[in-house]
Amino acid sequence: MKELPTIPAEGRDPDDTATGGGPPVPPQVASSKLIATLAIAGALAGLVIVLVFQWADPQIQAHREAALRAAVLEVLNGPASYRSLYVTPDGLVEKLPEGSDTVTAEKVFLGFDASGAPAGYAVTGAEPGFQDVIQLIFGYDVDSGRLLGMKVLESKETPGLGDKIIKDMNFVNGFQGVSAPIVGVKQGAGTGSENEVDMITGATISSRAVIGIINHRLEALGPALTEHEPGPAPQAPPVATADSSAGAGGDEGS
Amino acid sequence: MRETTPTEDLLRGIWKENPVLVQLLGLCPALAVTNTVPNSLAMGLATFFVLVGSSFLVSLVKSWIPAEVRISAYILIIATFVTIADFVLAAVVPLIHKELGAFIALIVVNCMILGRQEAFASKRPVGRSILDAAGSGAGFMIALLMMGTFREILGSGSIMGHSLFGENFEPWIVMILPPGGFLTLGSILLVFGWWKERKAETIRVRQWPHGVASGEEAA
Repeated sequence: MKELPTIPAEGRDPDDTATGGGPPVPPQVASSKLIATLAIAGALAGLVIVLVFQWADPQIQAHREAALRAAVLEVLNGPASYRSLYVTPDGLVEKLPEGSDTVTAEKVFLGFDASGAPAGYAVTGAEPGFQDVIQLIFGYDVDSGRLLGMKVLESKETPGLGDKIIKDMNFVNGFQGVSAPIVGVKQGAGTGSENEVDMITGATISSRAVIGIINHRLEALGPALTEHEPGPAPQAPPVATADSSAGAGGDEGS
Repeated sequence: MRETTPTEDLLRGIWKENPVLVQLLGLCPALAVTNTVPNSLAMGLATFFVLVGSSFLVSLVKSWIPAEVRISAYILIIATFVTIADFVLAAVVPLIHKELGAFIALIVVNCMILGRQEAFASKRPVGRSILDAAGSGAGFMIALLMMGTFREILGSGSIMGHSLFGENFEPWIVMILPPGGFLTLGSILLVFGWWKERKAETIRVRQWPHGVASGEEAA
């Protein structure tokens, strides 16, 4: 049996028994019976999937949140706490107007150091890379106009080449302290200017995409970040929930 | 078809009719996700689970499924198990789930799985079907692990993420890229074919004085 069985599997031609190997076909079965069989099977399958999903979904969400929290802490150099802010046309707000969807709303994260002073904003962004959309998060200090760090959250860049945007620590650490807007330069071709990041040899497109995402996000959000008045740091590490302001105790104060 | 013993049902898929190495089925995941051992293992386990689960269920309900819609029904059953495997992997090992990406969902169209339903589980008792599925699933996993080990050692210089050769080893990046999958599979098939050929030759030579008739069965 070669690749053939997958062709009728798409359900286009269920009467085709030319692929052979199946049980002998009885003369005629009422179509209502065929439909009923598939409908019942489909309903049962749906039920099972819903049950499994209900078990798995909270854990999947928890993993996603833990990954995001770890990323926020990393790109803000381990703040003592942080809070989520929603991006609206009127600037950054802590609470969305009633009735807004808090899950899909665009968010940035404002970190605070141990003394309660603001320690920079963590901003997420996503744009196409070489293979697929690259999602990343970066920390930005408004006062100095410099980046604090960058971390790729998700990418399908070529293993061994494009995925160096995650694995090449020279590239990743190159974003610490660089001033925006960033310019990507070939390795060794830099002029020592403060807004230069060495691109990865063999992964020019991926490197350029990362730099592009950061620049575009800062272009779009820059004014909102500058205008935003950071309030006092959240009191006592609050318990993180899905959409309220989340905070976490950093291991090391900055 | 000659009746088989339960042991034969189990062992056939592991070696003699190994899905990847002999039947050349399920090559898409075998080429795509075997760049590291953990990925190969996760894909192997997920496929094993889907195959055994589907074979069990197909064998159990085979008399209720009209022949006209059997393929659709099998696909429905397989897809349900794949979705379960997808959720479980995402909930339990999110990092590996991220690495495997779309290939988990593509287990649905792994023709090895549909092939076992159509060729075996839809005609045999439940117990035999589970044995057959377990054998094929294990054979698939063994083939994936062979490729994964080979590719991770050469392509990343590590095994299960543990570095083997130290800093000075320059990994053959091509081995973890798609061409490396083809090279690895080709090399393994070459060795396999050579070994089978040699074994068949040995048997023929040994049996020669006693006649040719028995040679066919042994080969």
